[in-house]
Amino acid sequence: MRKARRAVPIFALSLAIAFGKIQAQERPYFVTYSHEMEEPGNLEIELFNVVGKPPDANRFLGSSLELEYGVKGWWTSEGYLDGQATANDSTIFTGYRWENRFRPLLREYWINPVLYVEFENTSADKALREVVGHDGVPDFADSNAIARKDKEREIETKLILGSNYRGWNISENIIAEKNLAGDPWEFGYAWAVSRPLRLAASAHNCTFCAEKFQAGLEMYGGLGDRYSFGTRLTSQYAGPTINWTAPNGLTLSFSPQFGLNDYSVPRLYRFGMSYEIEQLFGRISRGK
Amino acid sequence: MCDKSPRHVRVLLTVLALAGFAYGVADGAWLHSVPARDRERINPFHGQPEAIDAGRRVFADHCAQCHGQNAEGKKKHPSLRSSRVQREATEGDLHWLLVNGNMRKGMPSWSKLGDPQIWQVISYVKSLHD
Repeated sequence: MRKARRAVPIFALSLAIAFGKIQAQERPYFVTYSHEMEEPGNLEIELFNVVGKPPDANRFLGSSLELEYGVKGWWTSEGYLDGQATANDSTIFTGYRWENRFRPLLREYWINPVLYVEFENTSADKALREVVGHDGVPDFADSNAIARKDKEREIETKLILGSNYRGWNISENIIAEKNLAGDPWEFGYAWAVSRPLRLAASAHNCTFCAEKFQAGLEMYGGLGDRYSFGTRLTSQYAGPTINWTAPNGLTLSFSPQFGLNDYSVPRLYRFGMSYEIEQLFGRISRGK
Repeated sequence: MCDKSPRHVRVLLTVLALAGFAYGVADGAWLHSVPARDRERINPFHGQPEAIDAGRRVFADHCAQCHGQNAEGKKKHPSLRSSRVQREATEGDLHWLLVNGNMRKGMPSWSKLGDPQIWQVISYVKSLHD
C-alpha cells in the first residue's frame, strides 16, 4: 500500500513528461491563490511539500498532489490528494479535496474577484494549504494514529482578489471554512505579492535568465472563528518565495516561511514543482 | 413537391447566411468593445527585430498550443494571419484583447505576462502579415 502511495506522484510526473509541455508562468505562491485561471483545456500537475518541526513534536513532511484543469476561461476545477510523513511515527494518506474557482467578471479590472468553493475530506492533514481558525502548534501534538480518528469533512470558501500592475501581482484571499460536523465557521486570510525578475522576454533561448524567475512575499494566518474572531491563539506565517521555470516547462518553487508568534511552527520550508500539459483532451483524441 | 423544394432551399440558404453572419459578428465582436484610448496605444517595441524574435518565443510557449505553431489557427481557435488581426485590429486592439481575454470564446486573459511580453507577442503577430 505504501508503495502504491509513492507511485501516485511518480505516475503523475511520468504522465506529464510523456504528454509534452508549455511554459506555465506560475506565481510562486504556496497558500495564496491569484485571480489567474488555468487556460481552458490545459491540465496542470503540481506537487507541493512542506517540512516543519513544531516545538515538542516530531518533524513532519506534508505533501499534496494537485491536478488542475481549465474547464472554461472563467472556471477552473482542481482535485488534491494529500499525505504526510511524521518522524518517529508513520506515513499516511490524509485525504482528498475538490475545489472549483469561478471568475464572475470576464474582463481584467483593477481588482479581479474569483469565487472559490472546496469540499475536503481529510484527517491528520499536515499539508498546511491554508491556515484558518485556531489552527496552530497544538494540532501537531497527537500521533498519527490518534489524529486520524478526527475526520474533517469541510466546506471551504474563499474570496480571491487579484491585481496585475506593471508586472507586479498582488493577491488577497479571505477564507471561511465550515466543518460539516457542526463546528463554527472559521476564518483566515492569505496575501502575496510577486514579480518576474525581468518583464521583457529575451530573443534567445535561455535557462537561468532573469525572466525565468519570479520572486515575492507571502503571508497568511488564522482569524479565529465565529465566536472568537481575531488573531488571539492563531498561527501566522510570512516569508519570501521564489520560483524558476526550466526550459522543459517544469516550474520549481521554494519558500522558507517563519512563524510570527508562539502559536505557529517556528519555521516551515515549502518546495514544489508543477508541470502543465497543453490541451489534454485534444492530445488524447489525436493519440499523442 | 416540386415548387416546395426551391422555397426550402431559399429558407435553408437564408438561415445559413444569417448563421454565418451572426458567427462572423460574434467572432469579431471583441473588436467593437475596445475603448478608443486602448485602441490608440502605441507598441513601444513596434517593428524591432529583437522584439519580434522574443515575441516568437513567447508565442511558442503560450499561444501556439491553440493558434498553431505558425499562427495559422486550429479548429475553433482563429488564425492570427487573418485580415481582422493583420489589418482591422490595431496593435492597441490586440493589447486590449490579450489583457482582457475573450473568456466566453475560450481566450484567457494574458495579463500575467506583463506589458513588455504582451507587446513583444503583438510585434511578432503583426510581423506575420506577409
